[in-house]
Amino acid sequence: MIRSLPNSRSYTIGFKVFIAAYFVFLFAPLVVTMVLAFNDSMFPALPWQGFTLDWFVGRGPKKIGIFHDASNLRSIRTSIRVALAVASLSTVVGTLAAFLFEQEDFRFKTALYFLMIAPLVIPGVILGISILLFANTVGLFLETHLGFDMQLLSPGFWLVVLGQFSFITTIVTLVVMARLRKFDRTLEEAAYNLGANRFEVIWYITLKYLRPSIVGGFAVGFLMSFENFNTTIFLVGSRATLPINLYLQVRDGSTPVINAISFLLIVVTSVLAVTTLYSRSATKES
Amino acid sequence: MMTSKKRKVRWGFFVFFVPVFLWLFFLIVLPQIELLRMSLVGTDYYGDSGFTLRHYGAFFSEPIYWLTFVRTAGYALLVTFVVITIALPVAFYITKVVRPRASGLLLIFILIPFWVSELVRVYGWMILLRESGVLNHFLTGVGLLDKPVEMLYNDVTMVMGLVYTTMLFMIVPIIGVMESLDDSLIEAAHDLGAGKITIWRTIIIPYCMPGIMSGSIIVFMLVLGSYLTPNLMGGKNSLWFTEQIYNQMIVYFNWNQGAAFGFLLLLLSSAIIWAALKVTGQDWKKVIT
Repeated sequence: MIRSLPNSRSYTIGFKVFIAAYFVFLFAPLVVTMVLAFNDSMFPALPWQGFTLDWFVGRGPKKIGIFHDASNLRSIRTSIRVALAVASLSTVVGTLAAFLFEQEDFRFKTALYFLMIAPLVIPGVILGISILLFANTVGLFLETHLGFDMQLLSPGFWLVVLGQFSFITTIVTLVVMARLRKFDRTLEEAAYNLGANRFEVIWYITLKYLRPSIVGGFAVGFLMSFENFNTTIFLVGSRATLPINLYLQVRDGSTPVINAISFLLIVVTSVLAVTTLYSRSATKES
Repeated sequence: MMTSKKRKVRWGFFVFFVPVFLWLFFLIVLPQIELLRMSLVGTDYYGDSGFTLRHYGAFFSEPIYWLTFVRTAGYALLVTFVVITIALPVAFYITKVVRPRASGLLLIFILIPFWVSELVRVYGWMILLRESGVLNHFLTGVGLLDKPVEMLYNDVTMVMGLVYTTMLFMIVPIIGVMESLDDSLIEAAHDLGAGKITIWRTIIIPYCMPGIMSGSIIVFMLVLGSYLTPNLMGGKNSLWFTEQIYNQMIVYFNWNQGAAFGFLLLLLSSAIIWAALKVTGQDWKKVIT
């Protein structure tokens, strides 16, 4: 059953086969996608027609690789800008929230805490439409009563950022809180005794201690923003982010250029994920 | 002296409090209220807008709407159960069976696919399963199939896709709880003659319940709110409720109807989570943290 207990041979083998099947299930779609990015064919399908890099560097006219695909490149740039904005905002507010819930006491703290958790259990679609409706109403009100047009509140870059920020901040808060909870507060007291004020204590001591989780929170926020679809679809303006652009292409039939983009996404996110996990486990041990 | 110190502390409090409050109030609370308001407002024949229950009426009188709703909720429950039954043995293998050194590596391998965008994962399944897909190519090549079969666009495939996309959110919380399960409990049960099923039923599953619950809530929510997987892998004539919302908001531009559907989805998700916590007697705060 477990390591320390004797097991029958068939049980051990059966379990191993199950786990192996699970990992095949887990990686089959990713491996197939990545391999077909190099197939010299007009369709993302077998048979194998030879190795090519055309879907990365091809200049056309038949095969336009990702590095020359203007529409996809533009959506990648949009996604990076959105993700940077969301990750930065979420990291700042999420860290403040972690301090608020870990180090402060106030009335209705539990209620506010539940409210902070709520975005995790509200479906992303609903966050998207509710923020769209609210922004629209506020924008309309400002236009009719005060007479100015807030571009910020119509679908587009900033509305996407706000929509993603609304739930990614919760994730960052939880990541930072988890580490702040383990912080030895006698270190703060020592600093106070040596004459530091609250600001100095936080800046020189607590934030230094929190740095791995803040960096981790930023990375998680960036990735979540970069791949978000459900909330973004309702808030996006004329400039599509990458997931939305990809969705439209996949829905209406696709060429292996999608495989090339997927290849790059899988490689980059894996590297980012492994570095985050590795650095987190390294700091855990120290 | 005391008062000046106290004022300083309050100042620090507001630096933390104000941004957090602005975030939650303007991006969570007010939009949900606006969602409810919009769902209750409509224009009549004369173009005057006012209070109406029409959009909720449409939901109950049109079978396509509430059937989609019931179907979505049913499938979300089904997916959650399938995910639990797969996640438990996988988590058990990683925490209790495999050598400790290997378990960290296995966990990283489990995590990697879930960092990749949902769209890429669904796309992978599409090129694997569709009529001209890789699996059909192999099966016809080997001779198991005479001609390619369309394996995409049906409910079984859709459920599998949803299981695939949400798996991790069950495995991680279960591993978190299972790690602290004392091996000697299982050894003691084994020594007293308990079989594997008894050990699972009376020791492992009850012990892992907090992890299973928090995993279930997240998986259920993700399935309920998912759009890409049902849209791209499901059958053409079987809608998901989020697709109804999408159609109302984007295709028909009927925001009031879309708001009503959105609010119903919000109610459904909250109700089922609440019921699940009540039935299993779990503390909501413990599950969340």
